[in-house]
Amino acid sequence: MNAEIMTSAQRIGTAMSHREPDRVPFLLPTVLRGAREAGLSIRDYFARPEAVAEGQWRLRAKFGHDALVGFMYGAVEVEAWGGEVIFRDDGPPNSGEPFVKHPDAIARLQPPRIRDLPCLLRVLQLIRLLKERAGTEVPVLGSVISPFSLPVMQMGFENYLVLLHEHRDRFEQLMRLNEEFCVEWANAQLEAGAGAIAYADPVSSPTIIPRDLYLQTGFVVAKRTLARIHGAVATGFASGRCLGIIDDVARTGTVGVGASVLDDLADIKAACRGRLTVMGNLNAIAMRQWTAAEAETRVKDAIAKAGPGGGFVLTDNHGEIPLQVPDDVLLAIAEAVREWGRYPLDWVSSHGS
Amino acid sequence: MTAVITEARLIEMEGALLALDRVAVGRLLAAASPLSHVEHLIVPVLERIGAKWEEGQVSLSQVYMSGRLCEELVDSILPPADFSRKSVPPMAIAALDDYHLLGLRLVYSAMRASGFALINYGRTDIAQLVQLVKADGIRILLISVLMLPSALRVGKLREALEAQGCHLKLVVGGAPFRFDENLWREVGADAFGNTASDAIAVVTRLCEEAT
Repeated sequence: MNAEIMTSAQRIGTAMSHREPDRVPFLLPTVLRGAREAGLSIRDYFARPEAVAEGQWRLRAKFGHDALVGFMYGAVEVEAWGGEVIFRDDGPPNSGEPFVKHPDAIARLQPPRIRDLPCLLRVLQLIRLLKERAGTEVPVLGSVISPFSLPVMQMGFENYLVLLHEHRDRFEQLMRLNEEFCVEWANAQLEAGAGAIAYADPVSSPTIIPRDLYLQTGFVVAKRTLARIHGAVATGFASGRCLGIIDDVARTGTVGVGASVLDDLADIKAACRGRLTVMGNLNAIAMRQWTAAEAETRVKDAIAKAGPGGGFVLTDNHGEIPLQVPDDVLLAIAEAVREWGRYPLDWVSSHGS
Repeated sequence: MTAVITEARLIEMEGALLALDRVAVGRLLAAASPLSHVEHLIVPVLERIGAKWEEGQVSLSQVYMSGRLCEELVDSILPPADFSRKSVPPMAIAALDDYHLLGLRLVYSAMRASGFALINYGRTDIAQLVQLVKADGIRILLISVLMLPSALRVGKLREALEAQGCHLKLVVGGAPFRFDENLWREVGADAFGNTASDAIAVVTRLCEEAT
């Protein structure tokens, strides 16, 4: 009864088919931590796909989570478009000064060509290395920033909101360019060995734009984009709420949603049941201060709310666990999943949540 | 003179702002002039919009676009350097180590739309910020951050300010502080604002304490 009888791939596949696997699958996206394991600066680490692959492998050996992340840093996409990336040693590389200074500059943009860009080729190499090592046992996840959310880095958040409200023709032009890149980038990752793609679409969250604007913009873009990606896609909102748009998101063709701590996980699960896998929603910022007992409580609570019936992957609510979160907290989370995540979740009916 | 702004007028203003109805907002502001009345119209409405964002009832784009609209229209009534803006201790706002400046703009717009005068330092690092604060004699400093490492650096900023003899009030805001409610204390800030309109309330309180 206590033995884990499935591989990670089987576990995640079963959960995403809305059935109960042997235990709740979990993912600790700790990409940056691999640099520390390897004794490299973050810049040097991401320059070496083989080091990142080794780092991912070691982190999985340490924490035992159920997927490998074929992802380096989100700003790699803006780097591909010719933008600046700022590396730092205490956090993820960030996009620098936005390079689209005026809506009219959109007319002069050209989508990047993946085969010409070392920064993207390194990510594809990482995915290949992970896939070679993981075989069919552990899924490798790829990642794209949605065409609708990438402009935050391309032109800055304020300018993008103004574009969205006041320059709809230029907005449409930018979406077409970004969609071409996004589709090609996602499919290249699938071809390299990624089993699924995480579609990071924070701007579509009702935290950022109202639902009626989403339906005219981010929803349409996601529907067009996901239809052309040749594999499973799950949508994340980088800590933003999604409860108010779950029915819409389900119509974009996605198979899962990332849940925020700002939403009640039980409500999200009820809205998604049987059609979308729920991923979330541990608070990766507050996690820095958790004790082992608090980690266990949070894990139990999340499993009680979203675990029954499958269709749930326990993870953080943003997509990157900060370096400042101690390993002991992540080990406590992993232990709590193994303790409380075994199906059937008989204890849940007596849980107070 | 006591401002007479009815509940119906506040509701009308909120609706006009969320609909980005520039004409209606302009008409309501013109009717509420002078400044003391404008303040009594704008501050509660921006507070309501901020509270609704916190509750998930309105979105950040609505908060930003409505604050921007208010700021533009208030500027047309009151030029940025107008002497009749509020008399407050020298204050400034900055983003620490970050090119994502939306949070800063949200607060800056809300503050200015509410009649405050403050300096916008934009994106800075600790060394640059300490020099600016010292040179300008800043007494209230608002810091906006997006990433956890930047939030943790506020502690270093506090140390650097104290080392230079800058004993000011430090108010912080941004996602890391929203997701960890104890973080602002940990980094040595004096206050934390969950929303842009919170910043107005916090700064108003700090100004009152200073007088």
